[in-house]
Amino acid sequence: MVDQPASRVTYDVVTRAIARTLGNPGKGYYALLTTAVVLLGVGIVCLLYLLRYGLGLAGYSQPVYWAVYITCFVFWVGIAHSGTLISAILFLFRSGWRTAVYRTAEAMTVFAVMTAGLFPLIHIGRQWYFYWLIPYPNERGLWPNFKSPLIWDEFAIGTYFTVSTVFLIMGLIPDIAAVRDVATGWRKKLYAITAVGWRGTNEQWRHYTRGYLYLAALATPLVLSVHSVVSWDFAMAIVPGWHATLFAPYFVAGAIYSGVAMVITLLVPIRKLFHLEDIITVGHFENLAKLCLLTGLIVSMSYCTENFTAWFSGNPHERAAFWYRAFGPFWWASWTMNICNGLLPWLLWSKKVRTSILGLFVVSIFVNIGMWFERFVIIVVSLAGEPYERFANATYNPTWADWGIMAGSFGWFFMWFLLFVKNFPAVSISEVKEVLPAPKRGKERVA
Amino acid sequence: MKLANPLTAIFHPPPTPGVLAVFGHLDATVDAIGRLRAAGHTDFTVYSPLPRHELEDALDQPVSSVRMFTLIGGIAGCAIGAWLTLYMSYDWPIVVGGKPIGSIPPYVVIMFEMTILFGALSTILGILFNALFAARRLGTVAYDPRFTNDKFGIFVPSDPARAGQVESLLRGAGAEEVRRA
Repeated sequence: MVDQPASRVTYDVVTRAIARTLGNPGKGYYALLTTAVVLLGVGIVCLLYLLRYGLGLAGYSQPVYWAVYITCFVFWVGIAHSGTLISAILFLFRSGWRTAVYRTAEAMTVFAVMTAGLFPLIHIGRQWYFYWLIPYPNERGLWPNFKSPLIWDEFAIGTYFTVSTVFLIMGLIPDIAAVRDVATGWRKKLYAITAVGWRGTNEQWRHYTRGYLYLAALATPLVLSVHSVVSWDFAMAIVPGWHATLFAPYFVAGAIYSGVAMVITLLVPIRKLFHLEDIITVGHFENLAKLCLLTGLIVSMSYCTENFTAWFSGNPHERAAFWYRAFGPFWWASWTMNICNGLLPWLLWSKKVRTSILGLFVVSIFVNIGMWFERFVIIVVSLAGEPYERFANATYNPTWADWGIMAGSFGWFFMWFLLFVKNFPAVSISEVKEVLPAPKRGKERVA
Repeated sequence: MKLANPLTAIFHPPPTPGVLAVFGHLDATVDAIGRLRAAGHTDFTVYSPLPRHELEDALDQPVSSVRMFTLIGGIAGCAIGAWLTLYMSYDWPIVVGGKPIGSIPPYVVIMFEMTILFGALSTILGILFNALFAARRLGTVAYDPRFTNDKFGIFVPSDPARAGQVESLLRGAGAEEVRRA
């Protein structure tokens, strides 16, 4: 059954296997961590240059003033979404298979939102004034403009970060208690504090399970709203290629698509490094692949709808924007997007690909690349092809500062993620036990 | 005269005397709960490494009060969102795009996000308050580290005179291990 880990797994095996991930993970882990820290270092150096010399270092050229930073922002927010989908929406749907993968996905959500949140700040140029976004009483008597989608975005992302963080921490508490009870030395002390007195009593579970249900119920509409609000950053503008009512569902599907791909990209090495083959089985990967295929098809359909609407509307600007996208100077970005997101996921119809870990890993990386280009195409190419400013020089080339900061964001994300999986239970101990048959008298589980 | 340290009383309360039983099987635990309730015990504590509906059904507890926290937090968040947007718009009135100063449709987004934010945070407070701070006798009843791993447990508070009776009841229900605490 795909819902369950391998049949030799008992409660004790689950606790031991997951507690073992907190031990010495070996050279591969430290190599990855070092790479992440080096990338982060590159990003920090580029950011310092950007701070010193200003946004002129970014490759902006009229009218392309939203470029790689906003692309990365949308990319990382999108990555975050599948974590909440797996942890909250599949929880409400009672999908047993989510238990083995949801903790990783949820941690990915938190760190991806942390990464995404950096980009609007980098993008505003004068980072030290970021607090102007916050509605606080000030001597100028000014308040934010609540009719602006950028302010909605701030509220949406802020709420999303807070809620996904508390959701992650809440899920961790019983598991930290479980590792507290098998840990030794300084770790025992750390987990004794972070488990905040959890003992798994009937009263604790009574309040906990109820509260967790409500958190999931609140996180579900939240996850759908956040990327809708992100899409309105674009759809509320009149730029052809942005101004479409399709944007909210299109972005949400794209977000979950890229997020599921990122979950696969992350789980493959984690499973290998921490020897979790018994807990995270091929069946789990197959389910993730199916989710990826479904959302990938929705995204492909959105591409078709978008192009169809542009043609069918008869609006010359809209038609020109989509022609420019496919055959203009940025054709390579559009076709990377179309091939990686539209064509490659069709490989997932084959069970052979869905059950091959290496195959899935490769497909997931291409989906990640494709989804980054999707945001690049929507943002940069739509602006570059903007028909309202025909005199503008519509070339745009990202500079070394742009690429460096983008690389730094990957370093930042992977650093937090790797530190998390090493120091906290990366798979939910109590929830994996929930999908195992409970030990019953006279019917001992076969070893 | 020796003064009692009030902090000790709060953080290190004296242990509750009673009997602790360790179970290896879920159905034995359910059986023991049934027998304890039939014998008139009400304030015993059940430990389990995971939530199980069998235990919930056997214990027949009232629905958690966390839901009130969620509801009140959500309504408060929605109201705060409405207040924030409307008050701030009228406090510095600027016409944007020819729309009314207080335009409800865009403010729904802020109200929605604040509903979720406050609802979620008050749910967390509700869980913390009910499951940790207001939990009966937490930290004073005997515990075994195996209860977060693969064993179920029941702690029955009882005075030493009645402990023998409780012990035989728990053993009869299939406890693997019974000890006095």
